[in-house]
Amino acid sequence: MWRYVARRLLQMVPVLLMVTMMVYSLMLAIPGDPARALVGPGESLDEEQLALIRKEHHLDEPMIVQYGIWLSRALSGDLGRSTQNQRPVAEELRTRAAVTLQFGIVAWIFAVLIAVPAGIVSAVYRGKAVDYVATILSIGGVAIPNFWLGVMSILLFGVKLGWLPAQGYVDITEDPIEGLRHMALPAFALGITSCALIMRQSRSAMLEVLAQDYVRTARAKGLRAFQVIWIHALRNALLPVVTVFGLQTGRIFAGAVVIETLFGIPGMGQFMVQAIFARDFMAVQGAVLVMALAVLIANLATDLVYAWLDPRIRYDE
Amino acid sequence: MSDLAADATMQKPRHPAMQVLVKVLAIPQAAFGVVIIALTLLAAVSAPLIVPYDAEAMDFDNLLTGFTSSHWLGTDQMGRDTLARLIVGAQVALMVSLGAVGIGVVLGVPLGLAAVYFRGFVDDIIMRMMDALVVFPSLLIAVGLAAAMGGSLGTVILAIGIANVPWMARVIRSQGLTIRELDYVAAAEAGGMSHLRIIFAHILPNSVAPVIVQSTLSMGYAVLTEAALGFIGVGIQPPTPTWGNMLQQAFPMLDQQPMLSVVPGLAIFVLVLAFNFVGDGLRDVLDPRLKGVIH
Repeated sequence: MWRYVARRLLQMVPVLLMVTMMVYSLMLAIPGDPARALVGPGESLDEEQLALIRKEHHLDEPMIVQYGIWLSRALSGDLGRSTQNQRPVAEELRTRAAVTLQFGIVAWIFAVLIAVPAGIVSAVYRGKAVDYVATILSIGGVAIPNFWLGVMSILLFGVKLGWLPAQGYVDITEDPIEGLRHMALPAFALGITSCALIMRQSRSAMLEVLAQDYVRTARAKGLRAFQVIWIHALRNALLPVVTVFGLQTGRIFAGAVVIETLFGIPGMGQFMVQAIFARDFMAVQGAVLVMALAVLIANLATDLVYAWLDPRIRYDE
Repeated sequence: MSDLAADATMQKPRHPAMQVLVKVLAIPQAAFGVVIIALTLLAAVSAPLIVPYDAEAMDFDNLLTGFTSSHWLGTDQMGRDTLARLIVGAQVALMVSLGAVGIGVVLGVPLGLAAVYFRGFVDDIIMRMMDALVVFPSLLIAVGLAAAMGGSLGTVILAIGIANVPWMARVIRSQGLTIRELDYVAAAEAGGMSHLRIIFAHILPNSVAPVIVQSTLSMGYAVLTEAALGFIGVGIQPPTPTWGNMLQQAFPMLDQQPMLSVVPGLAIFVLVLAFNFVGDGLRDVLDPRLKGVIH
């Protein structure tokens, strides 16, 4: 196991380098003079000032040197300054990452809490009405645009019924009830795809388990159906949750960009979209880097948890 | 299923693609998917003939009409006809999904094939690159590119296309790994066939099934991503109507004319559902072992 962990960490190094290179190379996609893009719009600069900016960002150096300087700065936590408010991008991202993290976790918990029991019930009552309803919902959940579901839930619960706030954000750690009330609709919209995928996977995992000998043995020795399902089989139904987590972290972040914008949640995603409209390139680049690294770490964590949960998987050759 | 297989063997041999189509159409959901995609394609191609109004023409006498006999799906806050915009939006949705999957296939398949065939160092380099690329969801790439060069049809297709590359490469690699070990590849090598010929004559044709399945499913995902980008305003820019930017413009009108938000969303939902159904159907027909491998 430890050898596997060490090998996995070692493999991360080249991947990490390539990820930073890809983020940096976004700069290459800027048409025209990158110096102008770095200061943002609305600033009229003469040649002398532009030359100064080029020097400051080492734009006159060869590409590989520029990248090296950018990387070493990024490693020490310097992602440049936002042209919107002149604050350091890293500082801004830290506050907003906390919001996005909270939002993502609530969405994730919501997805798991609905999907796992639904998947189990659907497997236990296979072929019954409950199973059909759950299956239809899980098929629909993957195809529905999450932001549109957000819009529709605003229409129903916010506009028509007026039960839940349709905009804004309250920190859950400060006011749990209001926080959750504000989080309910966005978390529902963000979590729906993951929810559908987990439901589908835990249903098939559960079906497989229910056909196993040890479940039959447990039943034969007189355990109640309830005990058999929740004690013996649940552990196995949880494995797909881990798999889906690995596959979905990236999509949760991507989804957060849209859902935060829709619901006015001041997270990294909203920051990114605002930065695009403000032509604040460094801010977008920093946010893309942070999100990509978060996905990378989540993927690693998934592999490790998986190895730990499922002893059948042998990683040491 | 077994009946169908028996039928297929009894009839005179048909083109393989035809056989696949017949089997796919026998699955009800997949048949539904094929019909929806065909209708969307038909509407998109014949758009100039069938659009009831100019999709970008404003009509300030008919604002937010709701469903009427002259505007079947109503008009928006600038009096533009929703049905016309929906049809033009379908063109964009299909262009994006075809273009993005095309980029994914054209770049991802050769990379995957090279990784499989040359193994060792080449395989390591290519697959580590794919590992790095896979970390970026298509939306993130699109947002990054939009920040650098602005949102446009080209940026959106490029971004979603790049995000497709690692998935295609992985799919063809995992399929190719088994084929690479088969005797006929060894025989071809021993017979002095060139690398390129072995790859294109032997490995590629036998690895094509999962690529087709993955492409179909990716098309649905491309439609979703394009819509999300349009909705936050960094995708294809107005006045060109896309399903995503229609939803963006409809959102402020949500309490006055909710149907403006309902209609494009339903269109996206149904088309994505159709791609998923066809993808699942193709997977079941082409290679049932892939169940659970491709999401």
